[in-house]
Amino acid sequence: MTSSHTLVAQALTLGYGDSTVINGLDLIVPGGQITAIVGPNACGKSTLLRSMSRLLAPRDGRVLLDGKSVHKIPARELARTLGLLPQSPIAPDGITVTDLVGRGRQPHQGLFSRWTREDEQAVADALDATDTASLADRSVDELSGGQRQRVWIAMALAQHTDLLLLDEPTTFLDVSHQIEVLDLLTDLNRSRGTTIVMVLHDLNLAARYADHLIALADGRVHAAGAPADVLTEECVRHVFGIESKVILDPTSDKPLMLPIGRHHMNVTV
Amino acid sequence: MTAGTVFVKPSSTLDLVVRGRAQRASRRRLVMGILAASIVVVFAVSLMVGQTLYSPADVMGVLLGRDVSGATFTIGRLRLPRAVLAVVAGLSFGLAGVTFQTMLRNALASPDIIGISAGASAAASFAIVTLSLSGAAVSIFAIVAGLGVALAIYALSYKGGAAGTRLILVGIGIAAMLESVTNYILSRAGQWELQEALRWLTGSLNGTTWPQVLTALIALVVFGPMLLSRAGLLGAMQLGDDTAGALGVRVERTRIIVIFSAVGLIAFATAAAGPIAFVAFLSGPIASRLIGPNGSVLLPASLVGALLVLVADFCGQYAFGTRFPVGVVTGVLGAPYLIYLIVRTNRAGGSL
Ligand SMILES: Nc1ncnc2c1ncn2[C@@H]1O[C@H](COP(=O)(O)OP(=O)(O)OP(=O)(O)O)[C@@H](O)[C@H]1O
Ligand SMILES: [Mg+2]
Repeated sequence: MTSSHTLVAQALTLGYGDSTVINGLDLIVPGGQITAIVGPNACGKSTLLRSMSRLLAPRDGRVLLDGKSVHKIPARELARTLGLLPQSPIAPDGITVTDLVGRGRQPHQGLFSRWTREDEQAVADALDATDTASLADRSVDELSGGQRQRVWIAMALAQHTDLLLLDEPTTFLDVSHQIEVLDLLTDLNRSRGTTIVMVLHDLNLAARYADHLIALADGRVHAAGAPADVLTEECVRHVFGIESKVILDPTSDKPLMLPIGRHHMNVTV
Repeated sequence: MTAGTVFVKPSSTLDLVVRGRAQRASRRRLVMGILAASIVVVFAVSLMVGQTLYSPADVMGVLLGRDVSGATFTIGRLRLPRAVLAVVAGLSFGLAGVTFQTMLRNALASPDIIGISAGASAAASFAIVTLSLSGAAVSIFAIVAGLGVALAIYALSYKGGAAGTRLILVGIGIAAMLESVTNYILSRAGQWELQEALRWLTGSLNGTTWPQVLTALIALVVFGPMLLSRAGLLGAMQLGDDTAGALGVRVERTRIIVIFSAVGLIAFATAAAGPIAFVAFLSGPIASRLIGPNGSVLLPASLVGALLVLVADFCGQYAFGTRFPVGVVTGVLGAPYLIYLIVRTNRAGGSL
């Protein structure tokens, strides 16, 4: 239940083959809060999450969980504390929803995967939380993109970790389901103190739901902090290369970014 | 998904989950029970039936070590090792085949399609026919060649960790090449009977001896549990390397252990019985149809493999006018399914 975990990246350099994607990045994930990472396509958001969950070894620098390098923590032990929902996980043909969600219990089970009451309970909770209990016996292949996304989130929830990293959890979702997923993650954060790190493409939703916003550009953190401090016109220009108008969201006290396309420059907002 | 329901536990969902799991488990037990019972029945029948019919009492007598005139030799020396090897080889091929299919998420990626069995077979025939070796030395040749082929295919088709159609195509090419190597070895030897040649080309249980059975059995006892105990890890790896890694699976390490064990099974079984055609390839898909989405398909596929080999060998011996080696019968069964899968893969990639 404790979420006093701290996840920190120090002078992190990541890449594939000859190309460097993340270059000397420093970053702090505040424990017990919701952090959103934003940045343009291919800027290395997924790469960063993969490295923070020990799937990609750093070229240089390190990722520390509670002061310990994640790459030195045994995989199974780490998987009980830190979960990751990748951007494009693969559902095997014909797998049912319960079965898929149940695979989130892997780090809690030994060889031969013996099931305990605790495992069943975790799966049931995850199904309830994501509103997928009614799909329990359905085959994942035959679900809609949004339903499938919720099932994947259920799998990550079943893993019962204090830290949860999610790579674009709202892709494929219509606006109401986007809000539902983000509300769900907020619930999780509030009720269980789970530290959430999510990559989002919608800057306004990121600003609305995150306690801590990180904007990536050129393989580094361009800005990090409270959404109001990070989501500025300057930041959007630098990170995404577009002009925008940032106003105060009338429904919350968070910033709201309105992009200005080339064809709408003269319209005053 | 309204706020507040998150950690309230309506017992109904828990019941649903518990009941669903219980149902799936009982379905699994039923199917596996039927498979196991069928294996026992066909095994018993293949001991009793043949040129001479023996009563169950005679068979029991021989099994218990009593001297039953005539039967002791026919059953104890001919039928029993043959039937035991059918079971052992079937279990090994079935398990190894479904392991590859699961890991590579493609039914076509079974070791007998992608050349691993062909490699083991070419090496075993080389060791036996050309070098006149026997026993464990043959198995070592087979396993080294099997691993070599697995490695070669992996290297030739490796592309960012993805093992897709490329791997299958490279594998099919390698399999064809290795089969012609086996052909060449056999043709050079000249003096070999057709039966012996067929062992290395399609697999055969003719003239099975106890030492052959024993090495294959030891391999099964060693490698079988290594694979079965990793069913859960394999299940996680089906979700993609990243997801599996995030679930605490050491993907590379698991992959190496699994490939090594599966190749071990294939190699030892092949050294004993030849590359019994398509058993590795067919067992997984059949088992997965029978079991449905009710848990790991590893053990069921292994049982299906044993049943396939037993039945095919029995049919090969007695169902047709002439005696066919087991591999010819399984080959006839497997070929149409292979064609069907290739046609289907052209439209959409399929796993099991
Ligand atoms: N497995 C890989 N091998 C080689 N290069 C890769 C690999 N994965 C990602 N890259 C490259 O690294 C860069 C960053 O990719 P990454 O997936 O981290 O971007 P991203 O910020 O998540 O983008 P998106 O918003 O589109 O998801 C890209 O240029 C990509 O081509
Ligand atoms: Mg990404």
